[in-house]
This record gives sequence, C-alpha cells and structure tokens, in this order.
Amino acid sequence: MRSDLQRAPLSLKVAATAGLLFLHVPILLIFVYAFTTEEKSYQWPPPGFTTQWLAVTWNRGDVWQALGLSVQVAAISTVIALVLGTLCAAAISGSRFFGREVISLLVILPIALPGIITGISLRSAFNLMEIPFSMWTIILGHATFCVVVVYNNAVARFRRVSGSLVEASMDLGANSFQTFRYCILPNIGTALVAGGMLAFALSFDEVIVTTFTAGQQQTLPIWMLEELVRPRQRPVTNVVAMVVVLVTLLPILAAYYLTRDGDQIAGSGK
Amino acid sequence: MSAADATAGRAAGAILPETGGFGGALSDLFWRRPKVLLLLMLLPPVLWLGVVYLGSLFALLLQSFFSIDEFSGLINREFTLKTYAELFRPANLDIIMRTVTMAACVTIASAIVAFPIAYYAARYARGKWKALFYIGIMLPLWSSYLVKVYAWKLILAKEGILTWFLGKLHLQWLLDAWLSLPIVGGNSLSVSFTGTFIVFVYVWLPFMILPIQAALERVPGNLIEASSDLGANPAQTFRNVLFPLALPGIVAGSIFTFSLTLGDYIIPQIIGTSRLFIGQAVYAHQGTAGNIPLAAAFTVVPIVVMGFYLWGAKRLGAFDAL
Repeated sequence: MRSDLQRAPLSLKVAATAGLLFLHVPILLIFVYAFTTEEKSYQWPPPGFTTQWLAVTWNRGDVWQALGLSVQVAAISTVIALVLGTLCAAAISGSRFFGREVISLLVILPIALPGIITGISLRSAFNLMEIPFSMWTIILGHATFCVVVVYNNAVARFRRVSGSLVEASMDLGANSFQTFRYCILPNIGTALVAGGMLAFALSFDEVIVTTFTAGQQQTLPIWMLEELVRPRQRPVTNVVAMVVVLVTLLPILAAYYLTRDGDQIAGSGK
Repeated sequence: MSAADATAGRAAGAILPETGGFGGALSDLFWRRPKVLLLLMLLPPVLWLGVVYLGSLFALLLQSFFSIDEFSGLINREFTLKTYAELFRPANLDIIMRTVTMAACVTIASAIVAFPIAYYAARYARGKWKALFYIGIMLPLWSSYLVKVYAWKLILAKEGILTWFLGKLHLQWLLDAWLSLPIVGGNSLSVSFTGTFIVFVYVWLPFMILPIQAALERVPGNLIEASSDLGANPAQTFRNVLFPLALPGIVAGSIFTFSLTLGDYIIPQIIGTSRLFIGQAVYAHQGTAGNIPLAAAFTVVPIVVMGFYLWGAKRLGAFDAL
C-alpha cells in the first residue's frame, strides 16, 4: 500500500460504487415503470411512455381507502410510540435501577425477533381473547414495534442533555413540569420529531405484522401485497409503488436533517 | 384570574417558586422521591410491552405445547411435546434446513458486498461525500419493503431489464447455464432460489453496512499505515488488522440479516420456488390449516436459533458495535 492513504485504491472505489448502484438502481427503475405504456408484462425497455396511469390511479377508490387507513394507523401509532418511547428513554437514561437492562431489552425485542413472531403471537392473543380485528388491532401491533425507533432517538439525545442543566433549572425554582417544558423538551425536541417521523415511515410501510393483525381492512402495503401475489392492473401498482417511495422519502430526509449532529445514527435500530 | 394572567403566572413560575396546588405538590413529590417519578415514567411503556407484547408471546409459546386432533381438526389443550416432535418429520426438517442455509448464505454475501461500501464511507468519504454516503445507505434502508421486492420482480422477470442487459452484453448463455443448474436454477430467475437469494441480500444489505461502518469508524487510520510500514501487503493488512477489528460490526450486522431472513415469508412467496421457508410454513399452518400449535412450534425455531446466535455474538463483543 502506498503512503498517501487519503486516496482510496481503485478497486475499493469500484466495489463501493457498484454496491451503492446495487442499492439504488432498483428503486429508480420503479419511476420508469410508472410511466410505461406496457400493461401486461414487465417488458424492458418500455415500448413507450404515458402519464395516463397517474390519472387512472387517482380515480381508484380502493387505493384512496387503503392510503387513508395507512395514514390513520401510522399517525395514531406514532403518537402512542412517542409517548411510550420518550417515557422509557427518560427513565432509562436518567437513573440506574434494578432491571434496567431487562427493560431496554424488552423495548428492542419486538424489532429484534422476526416480524412474523410478533404478528402471529398478537393474532393468537386476539383469538384467545376474542377481540375482533379492526383498525385498533393493527395500531396495537404497529405501536409496539414503533416504540423502539422513538426510544433509540430519544435515548441518544438524553445522553447528551447534561444532568446539571436540570439541576440548575430546579435550583432556579422551576418545578418538575416547568423543567420539562422549558429545559428538557427544547433539548430533545428535534430527536423526538425525527423519531416520530421514522416511526411514521416504519408503520406506513409495515406489512408482515399487519397481515396478521388486520381483518378485512386493507392498508396500502396490504393492498400492494395483494397486487404482487395476484396482479390485476400492473400499471396502477407501478404508480402506487412510485408514490409510496416518494411518501417515505420525505420523512427520512427530514429526520436526517434534524438529527445529523446527533451522536447516534437515527435508524440504527430499525 | 383571566386566561392571560394564568399564562403569565406560569411563565413567571419558571423563575419564581410555584405557590402550590396539585401540580406543585406532585412536583415536590417527584423531587423528594425520584423513585416515584421513575415508576410513573416506566409504568406505561412496561405495561404496554409487558402485557401486549410479552403476553401474546407467552400465549403463543403456550400453544406450541398443545396439539391438534387429526380427525376433528380441533385444538387439544393438553400439555404435550407431540407438536415439537412433528417438527422433526423429514418434510418439516427440510424447511428448517432450507431456511437456515439461505439465512447463512445471505449473511455471508451481504457482508462481502457491504464491506467495501462501509470501509469507503468510514475511511475515505469526507464532508459532503460522507453525508451523501449516509443518505445513500439510509434511503434504501427506509424505503418501502414491498416496493423493493416489487422492483426486483420487475428486474428478474423473463422480459425484464436483467435479461435485456445480459443480452446486450452477449452473456445470455451464462444466465441460461446458471438457470439449468439443479437447486439454484429454475425456469427464470424470478422463480428460482437464486432470485430469492438476490432479493434477500438486497433488502437486508443496509442493515449490514451500518454496523460495519460504525465498527470501522473506530479504527484509527495510523493503524493501517503502521501495518503497511511494517511491510504487510494490503491483503495481509486486511486479514490481520482490518478484519479482526471489523468483526464485531460484521457480527452485529449478521444478527439482523440472519434474523430477518429466518422470519421473512413475503420474499420467498413472491420471488422464488414453491418450496416453503419457515415463515411461509408458519403462515400456512396458522391460516388455512388452522394448526396453530404447529405454527407456534415453528416460530420457536427462529427464536432458538437466534438465541444461540445472540449468545455467540455477545461473546464476540458484537453489542458494543450496535
């Protein structure tokens, strides 16, 4: 190896570029297919381009219904996850107590174990307790694994909020609530927004747990899964896929800008 | 007191002590007994995760000790190990072996593909490029799982871009030769194990890159320089310096790739052969067959495999790299 190590060897550059292309080209292809005139197959190169499928998709009631349910589920799960995740992060980072490790493991478990286990155990629990499937059973599942995303972001930020800040606030006469409102919340705010956005993206996209906790309701991913297994109108699926990419793109970029100075990678615990 | 006065009073309270009331008393309690506050903070998340999640997990495990009556199809709620014995029938053992093998192959392949990206991002990318690399890894990680699988359905289809591309390079014969192999081949890539394998690697790759990058960030550059100063060639430096230091990161990443492959049932269903993976078997048994005990017993397999895996990973120090 030569001594000017700041320049990467060519082979490494090639391998890294190839790897990144491998990660991104498939997603870019979705954008091309959304405008193809071909209806029956996945022919490449596309015989022609058209924007008619955007209009067709716009007028599809089932797509809107699925989208609406997905947004509702993601929003409510995010709120629940924000509350539970922040509380847990505050408790874990603020003090040492017996069972602390167990609780941090408990938070990570829903995401560490394969989704199918979470899904089937929730389903069998609903069956045992005779709870009918509804939007709320979907939310119950989603909130459970969204907690970890908020928790990860919040715990990383809490670690940087110095304890003396809280003590100073109390010394100056603020009570616990005021300290939280004026001292802690401004410090952890961006981390919470970022965590919430990632939780939203995670819930919006979830399919494995949802197939088990949904009855007749279709979230957007379930709708897509149906189309993948039994394709009915491929161009509409293409357009929906493109929209889903765009919708999840924005919260991810926003979350990145909100936490880029943070000491931990925002999504490292997905 | 009007509403405006109340707001002003609260703002002033940030400086002056609160005069009392329920909130004040509660606040004092929190200050005198931090344990109470801790308990109140922990209660909601622990209740939720403990009751909803652990509760249903135990309910599932419990059901794996039940059995199904072969004639009536009803679940017999008596403790038995019969259902677990069924896992060892050749057909079911086959499913388990196939899934574990696939998970191992996917893990190794994604480590190989991930390493150069992680190494470049950790060591050479600076400033703008660093941010670009980071976003370049995060975007595929967080984009929709189904859309990614769908994209590969487009790519691997017989009339799709991969066949077209290989045709342009006059390498069609290579693809045909590969597809004519036993086991890994098939009618087209989208109905072969090779296709399943590629999609698994693609979908889980970012989970491998991030921990490796985190581990490599901590390797000081002068360590590499020292190694080459002492006469090691790049291959030796990699084997004796870089790889051992990156290993905890690789193991941490492999926890994700391994676990996620073990439990996935959508990818092999959409891209792959008709032979089942563990996830598909679980789905089939709990759904149409209604054999919840067997489905539950099947889910215990990934839990046990992951238990051993995590135990080994902990010994290799993988959790410091998470």
